[in-house]
Amino acid sequence: MTLTSKTLLVLAALALAACNNPRTGGPFGGGGTDGFGGGFNDGGIQAGMLGDPNDPNSVAHFQQRIGDRVFFTTDSSSLTEEGRRTLEGQARWLSANPQFAIVIEGHADERGTREYNVSLGERRANAAMQYLISQGISADRMRTVSYGKERPVEACPEQRCWDVNRRAVTVVSGGRTS
Amino acid sequence: MIRLFLFLTALVALLATLTPAQAQPLRLQITEGVIEPMPFAMPAFVPENSAGSQYSEALARVVAANLTNTGLFREVPREAHIARVSSFDASISFSDWRAINVQALITGAVEVSGNRLTVKFRLFDVLSGQQMGQGMQFSGSTDNWRRMAHKVSDAVYSRITGEGGYFDSRVVFISESGPRGNRTKRVAIMDQDGENVQMLTDGRALVIAPRVAPGGTRAVYTTYETGSPRIALMNLSSGQRQLVGDIPGAMTFSPRFSPDGQSLVFSAARGGNTDLYRLNLSSGQMQQLTASPSIATSPSFSPDGRFITFESDRSGTSQIYVMPATGGEARRISFGQGRYSTPVWSPRGDLIAFTKSHAGRFHIGVMRTDGSEERLLTASFLDEGPTWAPNGRVIMFTRETAGGDPALFSVDISGRNLRRMPTPGPASDPAWGPLLP
Repeated sequence: MTLTSKTLLVLAALALAACNNPRTGGPFGGGGTDGFGGGFNDGGIQAGMLGDPNDPNSVAHFQQRIGDRVFFTTDSSSLTEEGRRTLEGQARWLSANPQFAIVIEGHADERGTREYNVSLGERRANAAMQYLISQGISADRMRTVSYGKERPVEACPEQRCWDVNRRAVTVVSGGRTS
Repeated sequence: MIRLFLFLTALVALLATLTPAQAQPLRLQITEGVIEPMPFAMPAFVPENSAGSQYSEALARVVAANLTNTGLFREVPREAHIARVSSFDASISFSDWRAINVQALITGAVEVSGNRLTVKFRLFDVLSGQQMGQGMQFSGSTDNWRRMAHKVSDAVYSRITGEGGYFDSRVVFISESGPRGNRTKRVAIMDQDGENVQMLTDGRALVIAPRVAPGGTRAVYTTYETGSPRIALMNLSSGQRQLVGDIPGAMTFSPRFSPDGQSLVFSAARGGNTDLYRLNLSSGQMQQLTASPSIATSPSFSPDGRFITFESDRSGTSQIYVMPATGGEARRISFGQGRYSTPVWSPRGDLIAFTKSHAGRFHIGVMRTDGSEERLLTASFLDEGPTWAPNGRVIMFTRETAGGDPALFSVDISGRNLRRMPTPGPASDPAWGPLLP
């Protein structure tokens, strides 16, 4: 075997390996912790390309231009007008990028009890998911999880922080659910 | 004499739980500040051999701290003592104790052979010059010396108040560390007085809201180790754990044991709706208890196992309900202003403790099981999640100040004696276990 053919074989093997992992490739490839089972316990580090926010098919565009989260008023899971517009943008992006699955994380502010807030976060995540379904996104691309009040983005004990903590965040990942 | 005085004290402090028949002969006008803690003396335990001497002061300190921490007792300091107790069996010179206004005198002795510790105590009513009850002896491994001091404390407390004790018990809680937005939380256990803290989980998975089984040997809690809320059942002595109560497509959380320890009641959330389920731990059989298009969570059994209290927002805001433990029609029992949450049935069966939020403040309160006689015991930026001492006289809960870290606090059911529990760091979600055997 010549050196050239050896090299070709190695390259072919690498290419095959890449194809065999459905979670690699794409702008957010890399697999790892995506919330579909890895959770906090696998110690895995997630790596992925966010891409250029100017590229409408990039994850960066989804996060920065469309917006990956919607907000709620106190003790409510009703979508605001602004929230619906954000979710419509998310639905268009998801339709154009069918290789991605999503996890919708529901969150509550700290002004409620712990377990009720888990329920409230689930209700918010579900409200966002139902709206995406109404926009034509298949339910089997989506999964919800509630963190209750356990993962605030802002920690101050003031209204401005609570306002941004009451949220449903759409987290994009490669692959499909289950 | 001691008994009568303390009975009055207990009556004042704990009036809400006394039946009218008991209260009849002693009807008191309750006002804040009438309680004068009972003065007691706790001389060092008499060492009955040289190996026992290293425990003689330590045992006395634990007993004195337990009694003082109830708020019902006040220690007369050692410097004021006139009499010396140098022998456990010597007669007591009551006049020396009366002279310094001691009402309850506890004497003790300690002996160590090998790794075995034997502790004895006697309790005296100084005013009447009588011993109260018989002397008692406890023995066990030297590792358990604190537990034996707790046993002495429980016996003294019980004899004087006529109530069950709670000192020889443990508390499971969540130990917190790291930044608020990405908190590390571990299930931990400690003695009732904050000693002997042990971590039970490693902190890799987010965990919340543990609860202790009736026998005190197991606990349940909610874990995010699969990436979604699930219920873990843990053996507290071996540390072994397993996930239980899986409902496909649902997040499961808020577990609590039935009084016989055989089943769990918990919440399952899916499709924007949270309902209560019951799981038989030996058969694995599962039963849905509520089917309301609303949130039903934080369930807690009555001690006779016949009822479950829980919170639901079916009326529009969170309120407290009671239903049969097999499901069926739920009756709303909270009607005050604000939101009511986390109802927990007292081990005595007479009261339900709860969290209330109203006008930007959070409270721990108690009400009778029909919702009457609501009393708020605390008020702060964020108080939540009450848990009962085994005797139903003290409540522990989580308190968070604005911008501060959460900590464990306790308060008695009269609203007196608010105390911060010592924990190694930020702590939340206490679950008080039973009195140990």
